[in-house]
Amino acid sequence: MRRFAALFEILDRTSSTSAKRDAMAAYFADAPAQDAAWAVYVLGGGKLKRTASSTELRTALARETGYADWLIDDCYQHVGDLAETIALMLPREEQAHEDTPLHVWMEARLPSLGRLESPERIELLREWWRGLPREQVFLVNKLLTGSLRVGVSHRLVVQALAQWADLPTDLIAHRLSGTWKPGADAFAALAGPERADEHAGERPYPFFLASPLEQDVASLGEVGDWLAEWKWDGIRAQLMRRDDHALVWSRGEERLDGRFPEIELAAADLPVGCVLDGEILAWTLDEAHPMPFAALQKRIGKLKPGAKLLADTPVRLMAYDLLELGGDDLRERPLAERRALLATLIEDRGPTLMLSPAVDAPDWEALATVRVESRERRTEGLMLKRLDSPYRVGRKRGDWWKWKVDPYTIDAVLLYAQPGHGRRSGLFTDYTFGVWDGDALVPVAKAYSGLDDAEIGRLDRWIRAHTIDRFGPVRSVEATHVFELAFEAIQASGRHKAGVAVRFPRILRWRTDLAIRDADKLDDLRRLASG
Amino acid sequence: MDSDLLLPRPEGLYCPAGDFFIDPMQPVARAVVTHAHGDHARSGSALYHVARAGGALMRERLGAGSVIHEHDWSERFTLGDTTISLHPSGHILGAAQVRIEGRGKVAVVSGDYKRDPDPTCEPFEPVPCDIFVTESTFGLPIYRWPPMHDVVSDILGWLDECRERGVAAVLFCYALGKAQRVLAEMAARTDRTVHLHGAMLRLVEAYREAGVRMLPTVPVSESARGKDFAGELIMAPPSAAGSTWMRRFGKASTGFASGWMQVRGARRRRGYDRGFVVSDHADWPGLLRSVDDCGAKRIYVTHGDGEALIRHLRDTGHEAFPLRSLGGTMPDLRSSEEGD
Repeated sequence: MRRFAALFEILDRTSSTSAKRDAMAAYFADAPAQDAAWAVYVLGGGKLKRTASSTELRTALARETGYADWLIDDCYQHVGDLAETIALMLPREEQAHEDTPLHVWMEARLPSLGRLESPERIELLREWWRGLPREQVFLVNKLLTGSLRVGVSHRLVVQALAQWADLPTDLIAHRLSGTWKPGADAFAALAGPERADEHAGERPYPFFLASPLEQDVASLGEVGDWLAEWKWDGIRAQLMRRDDHALVWSRGEERLDGRFPEIELAAADLPVGCVLDGEILAWTLDEAHPMPFAALQKRIGKLKPGAKLLADTPVRLMAYDLLELGGDDLRERPLAERRALLATLIEDRGPTLMLSPAVDAPDWEALATVRVESRERRTEGLMLKRLDSPYRVGRKRGDWWKWKVDPYTIDAVLLYAQPGHGRRSGLFTDYTFGVWDGDALVPVAKAYSGLDDAEIGRLDRWIRAHTIDRFGPVRSVEATHVFELAFEAIQASGRHKAGVAVRFPRILRWRTDLAIRDADKLDDLRRLASG
Repeated sequence: MDSDLLLPRPEGLYCPAGDFFIDPMQPVARAVVTHAHGDHARSGSALYHVARAGGALMRERLGAGSVIHEHDWSERFTLGDTTISLHPSGHILGAAQVRIEGRGKVAVVSGDYKRDPDPTCEPFEPVPCDIFVTESTFGLPIYRWPPMHDVVSDILGWLDECRERGVAAVLFCYALGKAQRVLAEMAARTDRTVHLHGAMLRLVEAYREAGVRMLPTVPVSESARGKDFAGELIMAPPSAAGSTWMRRFGKASTGFASGWMQVRGARRRRGYDRGFVVSDHADWPGLLRSVDDCGAKRIYVTHGDGEALIRHLRDTGHEAFPLRSLGGTMPDLRSSEEGD
């Protein structure tokens, strides 16, 4: 663990991506394969099944330090990270320590907690803490409670592995995709020579991600070089037809098997050795448009949907790309060719497998006019894909753009605030906003992002000085400040007090020019939701 | 009534029995000033009482025209119906606690203070009293300062790393107090020359004149144009971070010396490459120890979020209150990061 702690410290200290990549590559070359495998797993965002609750960690800390629960809570609110709070509050360890390897922590020690009763678990935690230096107390707690969050993306881990193994990043990304099980052999296999049948297993292909179009659309050149499609608001997924079964992978590279039986059933008809990329949408037969995302959410949560849910909220796959056919990897072929093959493949296979229609327009201006219909069609805008583009790995700018319609905006009043986490710990950065319902302000949205550091600092000071009441970490503040919020969609909701729920709310601007009476009214939001 | 000795007013903390203010924020007739930091020493008052050890710094801060009475440590003098004396607080050079005796009671206003050893100033002197006014800038148990020897080792390790990589090492810290303390602590371990930002020059000189031994320093501005700063240590106030002044160093690694660097989120938010935990304020054990050492019956807590300290003191059998509970009104002196 000492070696991994040293790597973590370097990663935590530097903001330079190249320095982080170099440090990881050096670690992969140096560390025992068993440990390196787990480093890949946790740095790439992997987590263990949780074996101790926050309450148990707090109890162990209270027993170990003798501090009152409220004081531990105050410290946690200030630090914004329980793992770190514990490391900072425990007495400083001075003696020499034994060094337990990372893989022993991940494979034996941390999982062993789950087999204990709560009181023994708390005692074992205390025993571990006593034997560890502060930075390892922090790391063990982090590994126990969630992800490391050290400014390393999955992509950067892939790059570091590629640098260490001297192999293309796309190959490493593919080898890591899906459910990769850490282990010495699995780690060694990452660096092995490329095989011809590399893609034939159950691992999904790394998804190609579009970038938001920020420039003038006309700067993309000839409209005829591009394929325009609706930007569907569903779940991005890969449908794989393998020897005797079909698999569905989400964009987060999780298996969705069993959740969408109608799609798996339709896939049984497809020839063995093909992979489709598309969007899962909730869509009832004979309707012109898909159901709102909220309907699909009911399906996402259900591992084995019942007959009623299947009847009320059927799903289909809106396919837009073909990555493999007859066992051949098609990703280097131009999009136009892949799409033609896809069209032939799923033609006349019924509504569950649909080809995402092309949106034709003679010029950009006409396309922009059609784009205005996006919301009526329950889509988020248009996708623009270069017809001769290969299917790339990850987010690479240039060939695929998402050209979203402008978000909805409202002016809303800041009502509550609570401290953020990580980089924003100790600062009030999580805000709740309200709009007018008669002469009362009712909360309608929570937003975390959109202000710059200077504004966050100014608002933080104001919040501290104008707190009316406290509910745990949450403070209610005087209704004074108006913010312009943007969001992607709004729906009627029985679960929310205001009767509406907004999707992806974020702060556009601090409207210091507006007084609270200028904020929007709930009725206006309801109208948007029903429209 | 404690408020006949201490009463918050819009101008600052007022002593009715002695008719003077401590560290007033606005010009007043009579002021006792604890130390020379800008949020404590403000010009414009008619008359100042300060500790002799900090006299030179005070003249620098308050301006040559100010009327300043200097007092030796523990020397007693009379203001109104009170007897006053000043005692070291260990915060920076010449920083004082104010002892006020009057109306049959003794109150001590500690100002900013710390308990850790500091080669640039006299150590904190516990002063027995009935009423103790304490700061709580770092009033949570997560704040426990590492030994300075370890921190200096970290700084030296960072310098070696920078030298190896061929980049300049720019250490940001407050120009008064922190910079001199780091220079003095490092002087025991190395003899390399440090390059100073212009804002630090006179203050470092003032410490030198007061007899504090520090590393040799040269102004950055006196280096030839195009000088290669690779592997050199440069010290600058935080305001210089990200300014055009930084360009001359080419590739540089940045560090920040502050008590706030104890928390990872604060470290990452500031965007420095390295954080070094060095504070001139008392840490949590230092605050508790000082409350015990002075044996006061009642503790008043000033500065920012002192709520945790107050509640903890009450839980452990002390009478503790926020300073504002004395009545009166005073603007909220939420401790800013500058106050570190």
